Amino acid sequence: MIASLFMSDIAIKIEELGKLYRLGEIGTGTLTHDLNRWWARLRGQEDPFAKIGESNDRTVKGQSDYVWSLKDVNFEVKQGEVLGIIGRNGAGKSTLLKILSKVTAPTTGRIKIKGRIASLLEVGTGFHPELTGRENIYLNGAILGMSKPEIHSKFDEIVDFSGVERYIDTPVKRYSSGMYVRLAFAVAAFLEPEILIIDEVLAVGDADFQKKCLGRMKDVSVNDGRTVLFVSHDLNAVSQLCTHGIIMKHGTVEYDGAMKETVARYLNHDQVSPSYVNSIEKDSSEIYIDEIHVRNTKGEVSASFQYDEAIIIDFKFHASETSINKGRDIFVTILDGRKRPVFSCETRIEKSHYSLVIEANTLVRGDYSLYAFVNLPKIAQLDVVEDVCNFKVIDAGSIMSKHGEHDYGVVFGRYNWL
Amino acid sequence: MDGNNCPQTRLLDLGLKDLWRYRDLVLLFVRRDFVSTYKQTILGPIWFFVQPLLTTLTFIIIFGNVAKLSTDGLPMLVFYLSGITIWNYFAQSLTATSTVFRDNAHIFGKVYFPRLTMPLAIVISNLVRFGTQFTLFIVVWGYYLIFSDKVQPNWLIVLTPLLVVIMALLSLGLGMTFSALTTKYRDLAILLTFGVQLLMYATPVIYPLSSLPIAYRWLILANPMTSIVETFRYAFLGSGTFSWGGLGYSLLISLLVLLLGTIIFNKVQKSFTDTV
Repeated sequence: MIASLFMSDIAIKIEELGKLYRLGEIGTGTLTHDLNRWWARLRGQEDPFAKIGESNDRTVKGQSDYVWSLKDVNFEVKQGEVLGIIGRNGAGKSTLLKILSKVTAPTTGRIKIKGRIASLLEVGTGFHPELTGRENIYLNGAILGMSKPEIHSKFDEIVDFSGVERYIDTPVKRYSSGMYVRLAFAVAAFLEPEILIIDEVLAVGDADFQKKCLGRMKDVSVNDGRTVLFVSHDLNAVSQLCTHGIIMKHGTVEYDGAMKETVARYLNHDQVSPSYVNSIEKDSSEIYIDEIHVRNTKGEVSASFQYDEAIIIDFKFHASETSINKGRDIFVTILDGRKRPVFSCETRIEKSHYSLVIEANTLVRGDYSLYAFVNLPKIAQLDVVEDVCNFKVIDAGSIMSKHGEHDYGVVFGRYNWL
Repeated sequence: MDGNNCPQTRLLDLGLKDLWRYRDLVLLFVRRDFVSTYKQTILGPIWFFVQPLLTTLTFIIIFGNVAKLSTDGLPMLVFYLSGITIWNYFAQSLTATSTVFRDNAHIFGKVYFPRLTMPLAIVISNLVRFGTQFTLFIVVWGYYLIFSDKVQPNWLIVLTPLLVVIMALLSLGLGMTFSALTTKYRDLAILLTFGVQLLMYATPVIYPLSSLPIAYRWLILANPMTSIVETFRYAFLGSGTFSWGGLGYSLLISLLVLLLGTIIFNKVQKSFTDTV
């Protein structure tokens, strides 16, 4: 089996993987369960508690104390591929990574791995506060699987990358938390395994350092051709780094495909909707907004857009022959993720249907929504809708995308360097 | 970390090859143990000496003068110190290894490395501690050797390294068994702390084996630590008992316990993060 694996270019192969967890307190009852289990296994029967395990949906109160945190997970990762794993909290991402990094064993199924794995489920694992930066580099490196000569040869690079050279012989308990994290990440950044597993470690440090980390990870995957598995909530980081993606939901793989489609699909299945439909009865002698849909250029309702894709916002009004000529305006404000106005626009309502086209290369990556109202200029705002039609702009290729999470504004400026 | 992660492994897959690859880590853990224990203490490693000396002093007062237990005609200081030096190594290694999983749950839950490195490092770092306490014993023993004729060593002194190895194996094996089982049943941790204390009284540390009635001697001899303490005393001080059979018995038990411990430890390490 292993021999055949070596013939192919598959680095990780996961088959029928499942992980059963027991909920609640471990105390009385555990021993009886254990004995029952052991007795069943002795007689060659199935685990009596595994059967009643349920799929992992946190929101539904289950019948059983056992839950499948992962169930029937199958996928493959090719050599040199950068796989992004996305999914909501509790979808089983972390459990999957734990099993992949051998921290815990699966309940069912198997994993075949070709090559040396290093996993970063956390930076600075095993750092000891009393030891100096230098000592911790060696200790942490060894914990992550590097040999002493290996660490020795990379020592200067690690110190350089971390930027804490001055404090290298000071116990790390005297470090600021920023320095601590920098040093910890630096050790990890210079690991040279064939397969690297990373869990949201980028959510640390200041924007500058995050940028540096992202750059280093890109280096590792693209230039060195290593296989990388990356779990993150940061869809921008994921789409920048990864080529292949999977969506986890309730402990199973919901989608497996190219990263761009994966992200789009993930966003479209999000609960926030890119549509608004009026649901309350309103004065039919006045114009009001009936429906708003955010669509892509193909006319499909969509919640996610590439930065270089036009965004079309369709407005449908409830209007009668008489109300349409009353001189009402539609006023629309685009809000960013922090609900700050990005820009506004208006037009006189003279028909019941309008499309507002936001040109490609306008909005930078991030979350957006709409604030709109029918305006009776200087007198009243009729039919106000606030913070509706959520959509997201993904940026994996613009000239600004390399700046990661740094706040470089909300729109791409129109400018020239002369 | 090469290879596969499956629900079950073969029982005797001890992962020794993996362990060898991580040998640097064992040494780094040993170093960490030292630095972290004695950093920010004024006396530093001097504590190695203070602790056995104070214990010996207590024993001299309580067991020697108040309870008036026999020391086989040996000077009390060297009699008790010999027992304590040996016993300390066993007891400290055992208690430290028995909490390996619990103490390192946060590291074990985040990154894989052969878990065996941890108990191994503890046993080795205690070896260094034993070394210093042994030096203390040698100084005291040397004093009696020169200035008194009650201490009569013999060639069995050469067995000392063997005694230490047997103790290391025994404490490692027992410690691993307990650490593995305590991940699920914390009761055992409580049992162990006073169990070790009680076991000391079932070992000829504060009394010589010869002071026991013959009828009960087998009970104490069933304890694998008995032959070790007795052999050590016999070799250095010239009193006590020695038999190859007893020593062989200790070695055999230690090896069995070690094998059992390693098997249980390896089994538990695969999934303990779920229960700890």
